[in-house]
Amino acid sequence: MMSAAITTRPPTAPVPHAPAAGGTRRRSRLRTRLELALLLVPALVLFVGFVLIPIGVAGYYSLYSWNGFGPLTDFVGLDNYVEAFSGDVFQGAIGHNLIIATLSIVVQLPLSIGLALLLNRKLRGRTFLRMVVFAPYVLSEAVTAVIWLLMLQPGGFVDEILRGVGLGGFVQLWLADQSLVLYTLFVVITWKYIGFGVILLLAGLQGVPPELREAAALDGASAWQTTRHVVLPLLGPTIRIWVFLSVIGSLQLFDLVWIMTLGGPANASTTMATYLVDHGFKRYEFGFGSAVAVILFIICFLFALLYQRFALRRDTQGALTGVR
Amino acid sequence: MRSRKPLALFAAAAFVLAGCGGGGGDASTEGPVTLTWWHNRTTEPMKSKWQQIADDFHRTHPNTSFTIEPLQNEQFQTKVPLALQGNTPPDLFQQWGGGALADQLKSGKLADITQASSGWIGPLAKNADGWKAGGKQYGAPYLMHAVGFWYRKDIFATAGITSAPTTVDELNAAVTKLKAAGVVPIALGGKDRWPDAFYWAYFAVRQCSVDTLKKAVEKTELTDPCFLKAGENLKSFLDTKPFQDGFVGTPAQQGAGSSAGLVANGKAAMELQGDWNPDVMQALTEDKEIGSKIGWFPFPSVPGGQGDPSVLLGGGDGFSCTTRAAKACAEFLGHLVGDDVQKILAETNSGLPVTPAGVAALKSEPHKTIAEAMTKASYLQFYFDTAFPTKVGQALNDTIANFFAGQGGPDTIVKSVSEAAAGNK
Repeated sequence: MMSAAITTRPPTAPVPHAPAAGGTRRRSRLRTRLELALLLVPALVLFVGFVLIPIGVAGYYSLYSWNGFGPLTDFVGLDNYVEAFSGDVFQGAIGHNLIIATLSIVVQLPLSIGLALLLNRKLRGRTFLRMVVFAPYVLSEAVTAVIWLLMLQPGGFVDEILRGVGLGGFVQLWLADQSLVLYTLFVVITWKYIGFGVILLLAGLQGVPPELREAAALDGASAWQTTRHVVLPLLGPTIRIWVFLSVIGSLQLFDLVWIMTLGGPANASTTMATYLVDHGFKRYEFGFGSAVAVILFIICFLFALLYQRFALRRDTQGALTGVR
Repeated sequence: MRSRKPLALFAAAAFVLAGCGGGGGDASTEGPVTLTWWHNRTTEPMKSKWQQIADDFHRTHPNTSFTIEPLQNEQFQTKVPLALQGNTPPDLFQQWGGGALADQLKSGKLADITQASSGWIGPLAKNADGWKAGGKQYGAPYLMHAVGFWYRKDIFATAGITSAPTTVDELNAAVTKLKAAGVVPIALGGKDRWPDAFYWAYFAVRQCSVDTLKKAVEKTELTDPCFLKAGENLKSFLDTKPFQDGFVGTPAQQGAGSSAGLVANGKAAMELQGDWNPDVMQALTEDKEIGSKIGWFPFPSVPGGQGDPSVLLGGGDGFSCTTRAAKACAEFLGHLVGDDVQKILAETNSGLPVTPAGVAALKSEPHKTIAEAMTKASYLQFYFDTAFPTKVGQALNDTIANFFAGQGGPDTIVKSVSEAAAGNK
């Protein structure tokens, strides 16, 4: 993708005041190249220095049993990878990430679309409501996690509210119940990130021409039919981008889980990233941790590539794939 | 050619990384030096005390100044290894000693202060042992710690408990009485895992003889049957359900709903915690009198156990120096264990002074009791997660936490140590 984006090509528009003389053309091509180099080199240096090299280094570390101190001497080949994949805890972690990703799409997407459609209508206090929905997204993840950690303690704010409205029977050990904790975390994630989806979709809705709705209404389409057959298809690109961001975010989930449960109780909410920190950093097993990091990277990278290739292809045509 | 490419890439990476960290340089230890100091006291009163102690030291030693960075405990576990891999580690940083210190030694960045400390290390006696490796001193404690039961005297009285439990049977009886009085008998911060480990460790300390304990740490193995028995005793204790509902999700120190908060606010009667707990509790309650409402008793003896009931589980807060400014740093460590600073530290009740002069200056009743117990103790068992190499200690803690959450048995705990030591993840 990167290489496609930076492919040099002769300008499609005629070069202004370009005489037919070959020398000038060559000079202008040289100039284009120079400009490209000038503009791209800083970004490229940063990208190589802070993305590609660290990935390479992590891959290198991952082949060693190394506690982070002293030279790398204990070469173990792919043992770290084998050990990660054969462990129950890591398998569970991958499962938890997939559950969160699936739930995001199944629950958060319809919710975001519904809220966005609602907030796109003319109603009193719309700006205020939009702000309310968006506010949690602005909070830092750590602050969100601490607030919810305190509110979800037994007898805490959440329990009090439930009892206050007569739903005391629904009170649970939100963070202590091993079969529930992951879903509790998902609710907090939804609370935090729903605003982002709504804002994205609201922006998408601005791109739906009112004439199309009017035309549909004139043809006798009901509000539901208009939404289903006119608005939603036009929201397609926005929804596909949201799904992309949401899945990647779910796969990399860390801060919230780390602060609220440390992946517990008994690894019931471990994610790939918390596993990485727990078994890499905290245990001074940097070689093993690197292997887990590489696995996480490959999973995200594969998803990104496949999704770009199959789902986003139409949306990004021209933007990323270049004009031929 | 192909096979050499990756090498070239890594060489380049190493070069870049080295370049990134190259700003430090070697400051002369004789000239003016600024010590970067990472300590773990992020809350008052200790935060300002450290600042004041550093300022005072600078006044008498104008060549030494400080850049102080208070960090939370958890951050040290990740930041210290990273810093020791880089070229600009802090000059002086929080050091809990034991197995982690031994791990960190492999970085080659810790300063051997055996010589530099010879003038002041004497009064610390065996307190300094945890910061030794291979007979050399790689740091020094400024405060020692011991774990025991903190309890609410007022709640004990209400529940009709007249004296602190001295055996596990008495503890169980107290739990029953407290339940009858409608109070959570014991608060536990299971989310953080390490508070769970205190229980297993104490059952082991009460079940196993001091020699067995020493051998276990030395060999990184829990093969003696007493460790299995300890787990079984812990199981029976857990079966009495002495903790608050949902304790596996409770944080130890955050908010009024944390284990320390529950005791501070009168919702629970006891907590097995370190001597630092009064400070933590005070921060979590409006009750200004909390300090006078709590008392301390050591972990009760276990009937039939081989362990010496005087042995305490604990550790200490210390600092290690890195090599860049080792001389100035060691001098400062000497200042910290000197009578003046030890007396200041004694007044903060945030730990047990490391020298007799400091202990004599203790004012708070519970801390005097703990210091007395410490003096009497035939042995201080370092927290197992600190005593063992880090990977083993963390694996042990995780397994104990899982056990508290209902997974695994006494044998799983024992096995986790040998498996982690053998390199299994």
